[in-house]
Amino acid sequence: MATKASRSAARLMMAPAVVLLLGWMLVPLIMTLWFSFRTYLPLRGGDQGWTGFDNYIRFVSSSAFWPAIQTTLLIVLGVLVITVCLGILLAILLDQPMWGQGVVRILVIAPFFVMPTVSALVWKNMFMDPVNGLLAHLWRFFGAEPVSWLSDASLQSIIMIVSWQWLPFATLILLTAIQSLDSEQLEAAEMDGAPVLKRFFYIILPHLSRAITIVILIQTIFLLAIFAEIFVTTGGAFGTRTLSYLIFQRVLESQNVGLGSAGGVYAIILANIVAIFLMRIVGKNLDT
Amino acid sequence: MGQITLKQVTKSFGDVQVIPPLDLTIEDGEFTVFVGPSGCGKSTLLRLIAGLEDITTGHIEIDGKDATNVVPAKRGLAMVFQSYALYPHMSVRKNIAFPLKMAGMDQAEINKRIEGAAAVLNLTDYLDRRPGQLSGGQRQRVAIGRAIVREPAAFLFDEPLSNLDAALRVGMRLEISELHKRLETTMIYVTHDQVEAMTMADKIVVLRAGHIEQVGSPLELYHKPRNEFVAGFIGSPKMNIFGGAEAKKYGGVKAGIRPEHIDVSMTEGTWKGKVGVAEHLGSDTFIHVHGTGLDEMMTVRITGDISVRHGDTIYLTPQLDQMHKFDAQGLRID
Repeated sequence: MATKASRSAARLMMAPAVVLLLGWMLVPLIMTLWFSFRTYLPLRGGDQGWTGFDNYIRFVSSSAFWPAIQTTLLIVLGVLVITVCLGILLAILLDQPMWGQGVVRILVIAPFFVMPTVSALVWKNMFMDPVNGLLAHLWRFFGAEPVSWLSDASLQSIIMIVSWQWLPFATLILLTAIQSLDSEQLEAAEMDGAPVLKRFFYIILPHLSRAITIVILIQTIFLLAIFAEIFVTTGGAFGTRTLSYLIFQRVLESQNVGLGSAGGVYAIILANIVAIFLMRIVGKNLDT
Repeated sequence: MGQITLKQVTKSFGDVQVIPPLDLTIEDGEFTVFVGPSGCGKSTLLRLIAGLEDITTGHIEIDGKDATNVVPAKRGLAMVFQSYALYPHMSVRKNIAFPLKMAGMDQAEINKRIEGAAAVLNLTDYLDRRPGQLSGGQRQRVAIGRAIVREPAAFLFDEPLSNLDAALRVGMRLEISELHKRLETTMIYVTHDQVEAMTMADKIVVLRAGHIEQVGSPLELYHKPRNEFVAGFIGSPKMNIFGGAEAKKYGGVKAGIRPEHIDVSMTEGTWKGKVGVAEHLGSDTFIHVHGTGLDEMMTVRITGDISVRHGDTIYLTPQLDQMHKFDAQGLRID
């Protein structure tokens, strides 16, 4: 990019991508903001003009709002804890030299390639079905009463399904991080008298801290918006209504676009608060 | 105390035996250097002593006690790694304190030892920095500091200076030698650099393909190399070794003469040749002489400066009492 001509040529060639991306992002965002200030009921009279902050106040004062926030945070937190903890253990396991390492690694990544809708349906019908599910058979084999997972332990079930989907991602990133650890450091610690567990806590875990923050950051952004898993399993019932699901219900089930849009703006704000919060932690961790 | 004895130690990786049966005794307080070309098994041998690799057969004794199956931490040895292996997320203080903390020592004693080590190694001003903020030489000192606070029976150094630049290497070489004089602890030092071996060692162990070629003091190895390999490996520039009729004249299948033991004349001498490259170091001049009919190239070392040009005819005369003779197996003939 040395000359003026090459610089302007570069701009020209980048322009389509930039315009497309901006359009893709800005148009829905502005439309959401626009609708959030209007009373818009598609089946009950359509666009009925400005309402000011009415939608915003109604969305927050609804009895479903705070439980939805709580559910969202519980799912995000639960999935994060499970994927990070199991991810570290799996990464250490996969780092050990073993027969068939390549195949095992591909198998471990596999769940990540399954679409959320499909994996949730597979879990719902094959594993968690209280009559025909594999888990029900297992319970009966041990003489126990099968659990109707998605109604009695709905939140836990969803956390389990989503964790299963995201575990490969966490494992993969943590595995590469573990592989980058200088083996001489571990040997030095061994000579310094640190047994296995202390080597893990004093050497391996600090080395992984950066990768862990990245896993948390990326997963949080995606987990705040999970939808398909809830839609095909509980449909938002039994205390599994997250913020994004609540917005969906307001727009499509109550046919209130204005109210749903206001909820969407809240979701944007929530995601940004979490992102800024996490960025600070990551920034601190990435510094050193 | 730190006497280390290896008895018939072998090491195999799979079917490949990298260390054939090997016996070696390292006396208490001795500075021993393992030297050899890369891949000769010197680092493996050090790791066997450290316990980082399991030996295949044989015994290792430390201070007369069998340590063959003792875990590394319990052998009382401290190791300085080639990459320093400092813990990047800990400050220098915590790095040095780590082995003491693992041993469960109380904080007051830990602090005392850290202060002591930092004073010895000139690290007092850097105790609160992270390893990433230190220069190569300082990191090296931290690694040594982490080793000395443990007050080990012996120090193991695995090519500790190979990551430093030439000037710093000379400095650190001196510092380690001084440290040895002060602590009088057994030290085992692995290097491929024969200059480091010559300058630092009390005892040099020359290794080739896992075999011990010769054990002895630096000057013993220089003056009486046991075989052709040691003769060629020890000394810089390398010894000129030649065979054929000329060698037979001096009483061996092969004969060798060090560059510094050849006299030079422009008019007369035993061997006649042409000057190739002359390397002027100021204090010395190394002249590469071609076409003598002995070796491909003979190297001559002359103290001071001499003005020779490429292609000049030159005469070389060996100092006969410094000639080394070897038999058909490459062993020394006295």
